[in-house]
Amino acid sequence: MQWETVIGLEVHAQLSTESKIFSGASTAFGAAPNAEACAVDLALPGVLPVLNRGAVERAIRFGLAVGAKINSPSIFARKNYFYPDLPKGYQISQYELPVVEGGHIQLQIVQDGKEQEKTVRLVRAHLEEDAGKSLHEDFHGMSGIDLNRAGTPLLEIVSEPDMRSSAEAVAYAKTLHTLVRWIGICDGNMQEGSFRCDANVSVRLRGSDKLGTRCEIKNLNSFRFLEKAIDYEARRQIEILEDGGTIQQQTRLFDPEKGETRAMRSKEDAQDYRYFPDPDLLPLEISGNWIEEVKKGLPELPQQMRTRLEHDYGLSMYDALLLTGDRDISEYYEAVVGKLPSDPKLCANWVMGEVSAYLNNEGKPFDVCPLSPAQLAQLLLRIKDGTISGKIAKDVFRQMWAQAGAASISWKNREGVDEALGDRIIDSQGLRQISDSSALENLVYEVLAANPKSVEEFKAGKEKAFNALVGQVMKAARGKANPAQVNEILRKKLTE
Amino acid sequence: MSLSLDDVKRVANLARLEISEDEARKALIQLSGIFDLIEQMQAVDTSAITPMSHAQDVMQRLRTDAVTEIDQRELFQSVAPQVEAGLYLVPKVIE
Repeated sequence: MQWETVIGLEVHAQLSTESKIFSGASTAFGAAPNAEACAVDLALPGVLPVLNRGAVERAIRFGLAVGAKINSPSIFARKNYFYPDLPKGYQISQYELPVVEGGHIQLQIVQDGKEQEKTVRLVRAHLEEDAGKSLHEDFHGMSGIDLNRAGTPLLEIVSEPDMRSSAEAVAYAKTLHTLVRWIGICDGNMQEGSFRCDANVSVRLRGSDKLGTRCEIKNLNSFRFLEKAIDYEARRQIEILEDGGTIQQQTRLFDPEKGETRAMRSKEDAQDYRYFPDPDLLPLEISGNWIEEVKKGLPELPQQMRTRLEHDYGLSMYDALLLTGDRDISEYYEAVVGKLPSDPKLCANWVMGEVSAYLNNEGKPFDVCPLSPAQLAQLLLRIKDGTISGKIAKDVFRQMWAQAGAASISWKNREGVDEALGDRIIDSQGLRQISDSSALENLVYEVLAANPKSVEEFKAGKEKAFNALVGQVMKAARGKANPAQVNEILRKKLTE
Repeated sequence: MSLSLDDVKRVANLARLEISEDEARKALIQLSGIFDLIEQMQAVDTSAITPMSHAQDVMQRLRTDAVTEIDQRELFQSVAPQVEAGLYLVPKVIE
């Protein structure tokens, strides 16, 4: 039987505000336990929530970026359940009229060299507060509660069940992850829990248009776990169905060590959250003016930029996808192309190649790249104008990197950038290509005279011998000859 | 709409209310009375009316995103039954 996996994702993105969604306490990560839990976060008697404008603004920004409807009025509701890290006995969330309704995310998937596009529709994105943290280590048989995270603003982004494989789910999660960082609403730090995924997974026979019973896998905090958890869960469900069983609707947890999901609680005794509008909060009105203002502040979106890079610069989907992986890379790349507009592809190769590799090696972001875009562009110009070969350029790049030293400030804020750094290295070490054709011709004569055997072989029809001769000339020139020019002269001499 | 005694007990359980059999029966009568009222109101055509989400006809005021609270952990924890290492201690809960 042919099975099809159906996946919908719920993503909790922690919004990058200074203060909490309903109180003036700080949201900074890593404070001492409960040092950032104020009276509102602790739910002391008599306190009232006051909504943070910054949280609402970020939700609007997201809604506009995904082409969704911004609801006004939008309503806050109480989601009731009891757990010690939720001091009020309810979480303030949204039920009817979330801030963001509808919208869609466009995916580009490159798999096994094939490029594919897909649209995933969104159901909604709503604002809510995070809960605190329970520590179950031994406190004399008690649990310890840290409420620093209580009241941290979250945007819960809910997709339609539009994905059909773990690869698509990962592509969606990554695209969303890029987008929320790009528009500056979430830092995307998955280790710190700023971006968490829940996956709803079901299976059905291919061709069926009815959804199977789903299981929800909670709290997947890496893309790898997301992929593994979905693959395991789909296999588990298929095995049950093929053995004639039925799927129970459940909430499950993924165990990264075993690579399995296991039941957490089943939906039969699932909580009835008894949502109702929170009487402590009035309806939220979002004016057309406010929406316009937010729209004006939006940068070019990764999707728009990807299309532009493919169309205007002639880059492949794969290149465009990598260069728009985060805003840091894209800004650096654009600055390089700005200096060398004649060859966006060469710029792309170097930004994703050498620059990326060196930065990765040092664990640094593009923003503090020791070499500024202008310095890189100047080096690439020397490849373009034939001063040096690509191979020599890599060596010059290595030396430029070492001489520039580690940077602590963004390349955008650096003053007095030494744009001639690369040129100086080229000149001081005599790395200029031999462009004088008579000098090259002399080299070719010497090589032909020293390698009569290869010459014989070439004349006997062995093309390989030609390559060997090119290699010899390049060696004699210590890499400083232009390979195309060497080819040309060599072929001419051999056929004379 | 008719409410059963089991419904009352379930709702009480969800709200963590401990009620006796007698109290449950009483609550059933009172709640059923409220449901009857709602049923009467449902006879009114409200299709052209925007649902009311708050009793006051005013909109939510927003605060600027700024940290205004200082660390008052010591004060707050002075009334907590049990604390350790900055944490509030509660009877062990694990799901």
